Amino acid sequence: MSLTCVRHTLANGLDVLIHEDHGCPIVAVNLWYHVGSKNEQPGRTGFAHLFEHLMFEGSAHYDHGYFQPLQGAGGSLNGSTNADRTNYWEVVPTSALELALWMESDRMGFLLPALTETKFENQREVVLNERRQNYENRPYGLAPMALMSALYPATHPYHWTTIGEIDDLRAARLEDVREFFQRYYHPANASLALAGDVTPEDGVRLAETYFGELPPGPAVAPAHPAPVELSAERRLMREDRVELPRLYLAWHTPAMFAEGDAELDLTADLLANGKTSRLYRRLVFETRSAVDVSAAQNSRERAGSFQLVATAAPGHPLAELEAAIVEEICAVGSTGPTDDELGRGQAQAESQFIARLQTVGGFGGKADQLNAYNVFLRDPTFFERDLDRYRTATAETIRGTTARYLHERRVALSIVPRGRPELALPGSEPAVVS
Amino acid sequence: MSTVGPAGRATGPNVDSREPRHPRADRSKLPSPGRPRPFSFPRATKSTLRNGLRVWTLPHRAVPLVTLVVVIRRGSAHDPAGASGLAAMTLDMLDEGSLGRSAIQMHEVLASIGATLESDLNADAMLIGSTVLTRFVDRALGLLADVVVRPSLTGEDFTRVRQLRLHRLAQLRDMPGAVADRVFTSLLYGQHPYGHTPLGDERSLASMTVDDVRRFHGEVIRPPEATLIATGDCDHESVVRLAEAAFGDWTGGVAPSTGFETSLPQPPRLHIVPRSGAPQSELRIGHVAVARDTPEYYALVAANQVLGGQFVSRINLNLREDKGFTYGARTAFDFRRHPGPFSLHVSVHTPATARAIAESIGEIDAIRGARPVTPDELQLGIAGLTRGYARNFETADQIGRALTQLVIHDLPDDYYDRLVPALEGVTPEQVTAAAHRHLDPDRLTTLVVGDLDAIAADLVSLGLGEPIVIGPASSSSVG
Repeated sequence: MSLTCVRHTLANGLDVLIHEDHGCPIVAVNLWYHVGSKNEQPGRTGFAHLFEHLMFEGSAHYDHGYFQPLQGAGGSLNGSTNADRTNYWEVVPTSALELALWMESDRMGFLLPALTETKFENQREVVLNERRQNYENRPYGLAPMALMSALYPATHPYHWTTIGEIDDLRAARLEDVREFFQRYYHPANASLALAGDVTPEDGVRLAETYFGELPPGPAVAPAHPAPVELSAERRLMREDRVELPRLYLAWHTPAMFAEGDAELDLTADLLANGKTSRLYRRLVFETRSAVDVSAAQNSRERAGSFQLVATAAPGHPLAELEAAIVEEICAVGSTGPTDDELGRGQAQAESQFIARLQTVGGFGGKADQLNAYNVFLRDPTFFERDLDRYRTATAETIRGTTARYLHERRVALSIVPRGRPELALPGSEPAVVS
Repeated sequence: MSTVGPAGRATGPNVDSREPRHPRADRSKLPSPGRPRPFSFPRATKSTLRNGLRVWTLPHRAVPLVTLVVVIRRGSAHDPAGASGLAAMTLDMLDEGSLGRSAIQMHEVLASIGATLESDLNADAMLIGSTVLTRFVDRALGLLADVVVRPSLTGEDFTRVRQLRLHRLAQLRDMPGAVADRVFTSLLYGQHPYGHTPLGDERSLASMTVDDVRRFHGEVIRPPEATLIATGDCDHESVVRLAEAAFGDWTGGVAPSTGFETSLPQPPRLHIVPRSGAPQSELRIGHVAVARDTPEYYALVAANQVLGGQFVSRINLNLREDKGFTYGARTAFDFRRHPGPFSLHVSVHTPATARAIAESIGEIDAIRGARPVTPDELQLGIAGLTRGYARNFETADQIGRALTQLVIHDLPDDYYDRLVPALEGVTPEQVTAAAHRHLDPDRLTTLVVGDLDAIAADLVSLGLGEPIVIGPASSSSVG
């Protein structure tokens, strides 16, 4: 089982990746720019994402919005920004492939002439509303900000979340957009994947036609933040409009694809995801002291963090949950998973990897995966070796990784109902979030 | 083609120096896409087992996966009076053990074949299924049958699952969108079977017993209203053979379906659930509209597409791209077996609440005739639905979901082949007439979940009457 592709790099530095799949008369166009919120500076956060919005507002040769022509041609489209990259995609009927490439290349090459103060102000308001809807007006919605800022020092690029600080968004200026565009949005900092009903010959020819004329921009120096550690446990708390207290635990862990990353994915599942996990069984099924529990290894390009979240049932202190969680982590760290646990984790990894081969486009489709492997590893066909990381994990590597990373030097964040600070873990200081 | 440049080149690893000259893009106009290749939806192969269970299969062999789903044409609308949430509770308990296996053991077996069980419930139907590797399809079918036909339904599991649901309901009180959905559903439908969201409410859950769940399972989840759909890397004969073995001893006649004649309330125009200090107001605006079997289905789909069904819809362009009030606004007709709601969903910045309501009602009114759908708008809206049609059938899971719609709404086998021509045949006049008939500004009910103190004065100026305040505490007990 593999995800094959042909890679061809244009003279201007744009990587073109092509995967043929003629099962459906559609083509996925997927364009990654290797820029995200980690390229921002303190005081200027949220900018990469605000910029992504402006990419949908028209470019020099078609300044009437980005959606209309593509939806009229039967395409679906979207974009997203995270700490490490910004992606844009269209899935179009084969006959509309040139239209999608025309549109993508026009905004890569000619966005600025169409940019106006009015568009900028409008999208700033839209983004502030996105922040209100998805973070401020949502229970526990500001927890990610509190966790990230506690885990990373203020100058570290993972200290802030991608949506950014309100004051920074308000302080952003149109000149910043121009500078950002010129620095990051050019062929040499991008990767274009085409997956679906297209041949490599046609794909390369069309990429050359639409993107070949665009000049490469300045090389973007990769960010190499110094590794950070916590010197001791940090206990924080925040009152929120919630019914039930929730505990977030977070640790520094290896970066994406680094040694131990896949093991921690497997550890997250066997500890806290699904009804077969140790903590679901113990906290939700048996003692009924929690109403939900989950965990994830959030691997990013330069560093990872492991997060474990549990919501307390009424009458059960967060300290009770914390003690049980620590006990189960220590058990995995000392004796590792059972053969059954390891077998289930690997069976599920295989299912999930095969499921990822079902669709050519959209978030997480084959074109998106090719770009992820190409941008982060310079190896677009890494898919099979990626699965091998899970296949070759052993009880001993899982045990060792868990013991090495999931230790007492962690962030423990309690989110508690307003007016009930005593429900936080003892010794917690108020978290600062804006 | 060479993917690696000729040896010795110093300018980069993958640049091919022999690149032919390519024509440059013509940026004076957009490329005009030709018509997409016609797409033909394959027909499902159908059998009926002796107990009445229908088995539909549709092979799709892109990857070694099979999607299995059991569709039961009974949903939250079939909750008995006073027992809202029973269908959801029953569905939730199906995977809590079977044949002496505990809930945990059940999930261990599923996980050992890399499978997870997924269930879904709406007003008209419940669905339960899984996507599995081809080599495990026989075991997965057996487990699915154990779950649907032979659940343990013990009192102890019931108590635990109900408690989790009560906690969930408590948590939903803090989620403005969930509060809005629950209250709005109740305002529109009152005591009608569609008058509650699937989760039910604290009162009905508190009085529910495991016997209610056993009765619902025995009387409502029965083979004549059920269809097993298998799509992906499978063939009909073996699925039927496996289904016969797994589901063959499932028995029961047609389950009742009543209450839909209940009269609908005529709710006042404007309501608010206070949420002090909320940075945004969560809005719902709508009324009860039409059933899926309306002859104007295609015209209404087109009308909604232009009004609020796509990014470039009138309402999203107005509220988001022009005014910056919101991250996004959308409208939908929820086409069900009985008349479902038409509704607008949006979260807006608190100071913009009244203006957003006025603009939204204005757009709904305008599309009925004052500003009818133009031929260009219609063409764009329809093209958005029809030209990219093929991408809806790329995966086994998507094909399974498409078949599910045929089952729930009694649609013909060639429905997906008729849909594109039917939509393309819709005229602007038909859209305006359908919008005029099925959207009624005078009947629209508006619900706000937001900061009452900040917006009360503005709301009064809307001319929709004094807003009726629904207490935040009582909102949790509204069905």
